[in-house]
Formats: sequence, C-alpha cells, structure tokens
Amino acid sequence: MFEKLALYLQYPFVRYALIVGILIALCSSLFGVTLVLKRYSFIGDGLSHVAFGAMAIAAVLNLTNEMLLVLPLTIISAILLLRSGRKAKIQGDAAIAMISVAALAFGYLLMNLFSASPNLSGDVCTTLFGSTSILTLSRRDVWLCAGLSLAVIVIFILFYNKIFAVTFDEDFSLAAGVNANHYNLLIAVVIAVIIVLAMNLVGSLLISALVIFPALSAMRLFHHFKKVTICSAVLSVVCALLGILISILAGTPVGSTIVAVDVVVFGICYVVGAVTGGFH
Amino acid sequence: MALLTIRDLSAGYDSHAVVSGLNFTVNSGDYLCIVGENGSGKTTLMKTLLRLQEPIGGEIIMGDGLQKNEIGYLPQQTMVQRDFPASVREIVLSGCQGRSGLRPFYNKAEKALVQENLKRMGISDLADHCYRELSGGQQQRVLLARALCATRKILLLDEPVSGLDPKVTADMYDLIAKLNREGITIIMISHDIEAAVRYASHILHIGTTIFYGTKDAYRESSIGKMFLMQQEGGEADV
Repeated sequence: MFEKLALYLQYPFVRYALIVGILIALCSSLFGVTLVLKRYSFIGDGLSHVAFGAMAIAAVLNLTNEMLLVLPLTIISAILLLRSGRKAKIQGDAAIAMISVAALAFGYLLMNLFSASPNLSGDVCTTLFGSTSILTLSRRDVWLCAGLSLAVIVIFILFYNKIFAVTFDEDFSLAAGVNANHYNLLIAVVIAVIIVLAMNLVGSLLISALVIFPALSAMRLFHHFKKVTICSAVLSVVCALLGILISILAGTPVGSTIVAVDVVVFGICYVVGAVTGGFH
Repeated sequence: MALLTIRDLSAGYDSHAVVSGLNFTVNSGDYLCIVGENGSGKTTLMKTLLRLQEPIGGEIIMGDGLQKNEIGYLPQQTMVQRDFPASVREIVLSGCQGRSGLRPFYNKAEKALVQENLKRMGISDLADHCYRELSGGQQQRVLLARALCATRKILLLDEPVSGLDPKVTADMYDLIAKLNREGITIIMISHDIEAAVRYASHILHIGTTIFYGTKDAYRESSIGKMFLMQQEGGEADV
C-alpha cells in the first residue's frame, strides 16, 4: 500500500491535489466555527449553489476565465445574506434556502438551454460533486489557491479577536464602538472566497460539510473558543489528507470521500465528548 | 454639562415610533431605572441610546467628554450565547475591543484590566471555566465584567436580573449599587419596580404616560403610585 502511495506521490497532480486540499480544508474550518455559532451553517450550501449558477452563466457566455464572474457574484450574495441579518424582511434561513435553490435551478436551466458541451450531465455532475477537478489542477491554479488561502489565514489571525467578539455578541460590540458591520462584511467576503476555492475540492453540493463538520466535531471536545478553533483546523486538515489518500488508493470520488471521513470523525468526537464531558 | 441629554427623542422600528416625546438628562453618578409595561419600548429606547438603531426623531447629546467607545452594555442573553464554547477570560477580554481599536491583539494593560474586573466581580477563580457551564448569576457577572472593561463611566443594563433566583438577584443588585457608589453611572431597564425605587436615584417611566424624575418624586406621582400598587398585588387603597 505504501509503495502504491509513494508511486502516486511522484505525480505532480497528486501533490497539487494534496496541497490544495489541505489549504482549503484549513481555511474552511477556521471560519466554520464562526458560521456554526452565528447559526449560518447553511450559508456554505447557499453560496456554493450561487457559485454553480455563476459558473453556468460563465459557460454560456463563453468566458475564458470564469473566476472573474463567479467570485464577484458569490461575494455579493454572501454580503447580502450575512448583512441583512435581523433587519431583513425575509429571515436568514429562508433567504439562504431561497437563493440556494433559485441559483441551482437557474444554473441547470441555463446549462441545458445553451450548453454546447457534448456531455452535459457529466459537466453538471462534476460541478456539483467536484469529482475529478482536484486532480486536474494546473500549477497556476495551485499558486492562485495557495495565495488566496494564505490571505484567508492571515486575515483570520489578524482579526481573530474581533471575529470572536462579533460572533459572541454583535450588539455589545456595536455599543462598545466597534464597527461590527465592517467585520461582518469581511467575514462574508472571506466566506465567499473560501466557497469558490472549495468548489474545486468537493463540488458545490458537499461544501457545507467541509465548513461545519470540523467545527461541530471540535465543539464536542473543547469548551474554549481558541481550542475549538485550533482543534477544528487540525481535524479538518487530517480529514482532508486522509480523504484524498483513501480516494487515490481506493479510486473513490475525492469530495465525497473527504466528507465521509469528516462524518466518521464527527461520530468519534461525539462519543468521546459524551463519555469524557470534553477537555478543559 | 450632563453625561447624556435626551431631547424630544422618538424611538422605534421602521419609522414607527414605539415611544416618543422623551426629555431627560443623565448626570455623572446617576442611577436611572427605566420602568414600564411590557411592550412599552424599554429595550428599543436602550438600543437607541446605545446607537444600535437610529432615533426616529429628536437627539441624544453626549457630554462630559463621553466617547462612543466608552459605553458598557449588558444585553439580555441570546440563544447563541447559551451554548457558545468560550472561556470566561476570552469573553471578558472581548470587552476591551472598543479601546484596542484596529490593533489585532490585546496588550498587557488590557489583560491586567481583565484581571482587575474579574476580581471586582468576584469571579477570578472562574477565569478558565467554560461560560456555558456557569450558573445564570455567574454568567451575568461575566457579562458585567466584560461591560466594565469597555467603560469607566457609564453602564447600560437590560434586565440584569431576569431569570435569576431571589438570593442571586439581591447579590446582583448590591453589586450594581456598589459600582454606582464607585462613580459609574447606571442606566438600567427593570421589571422589578420595588428594587427600582429602592436602588435608583432617578426613574424614567415610559408607556402611555411618561414620567421622569427622582425616585422620591416618582413615589409621590400618580403614575408611580399606581404602578407600585399594581406590582405589589393591587391591594393598597388610593
């Protein structure tokens, strides 16, 4: 088994997949804790469907660089969803559900009506489940992904205390003179970037798993925000690494294998947390 | 000049005023209780005073050099907080965010301030405990310590004793009274009219009739008499 693994690791595309997978897993887990606690677990789902819709539009318009359309559209949706918050006429969960299905439907509709591709259902399946795209990354994709991931991690570390404060109690932060709306905006933009990045890895249907499972697992084990965040990042990276390796060895789809590992780890954490009462 | 001067203020949501025509001043060292029936707009008024929402009409003037980032607030607990994984120290530290500005990490002075306020609230030994595992009274002390990190001048408290048992409630009131004696101005929303007239220096009653004045004047006023009587079970004769 190790020989087989060593053989595969000689191929650059396998190494690229590992690097990108680990970076994306790290980024998504960092902000996962905040999203779960803010009751926005489903925003990953909603935004990734928006990204799917945007990709369909980009395909129809024959854009060479679809990122130029997908990223701004997803960011705008994220801002709309996260900032409207309590003041909105349509509640947060309903708004997410609405945007999510609408984007999915229109995306598929557009692809059907205008697609020139001979293998439409294959294209759709790839975008939804990210089946092989992680194994076809170019060197440029890897650099782009590494750059964006690094930016996300730096932003998270620099604004860690603010993110904690805004997540725990927005009203208090506002009253204390902190511009909580700016930080919400920042969180929204970063989430959108992570989602678009993660579409390569697990596809738009399974992104939520990458965002919420490590956070939920970590919350079973720890009771301090910092420890939860660190544990969530470690779990996420380990799960992504295991998932990619298993999928290479067993020939299973990458995205769903990673998510399956995440689910198993959550189960283990749940049991450990219930038995020990968590670690202080 | 007064710490806060409120002139002809209207507060509410979506340009619909819940409470209007408010005129009052809060001086340094005052202990103001805001009372009134459910739905009379107490929380809305407090959120307007905190600038969490815009006034619909009128104005709020800050005096005595009170800065926007020098206001301490003790909100009612939200669902999010009840199962939030965070230590007491992490939460109290977040009270320093107003003073730390754009600096990403807390400095020594701020950490010392946290220690001081934990001690002040008598919860130093809980610093590394998990917030969601504390009792209601302990949680309120944590949030009060956090509010104290944000201010040395004025605290706004939204029903600080709701859901606490009588013993803990009395402790909480004593703690707030102690802070007031130390020179911190208190504005508190309360359901508990008895405690309000016992501890406060001034009362603001909002609802169909509006009253503002010292607690003695409130006791003598018709609205005060009526409200006090209602709360005591309505058996006294007027």
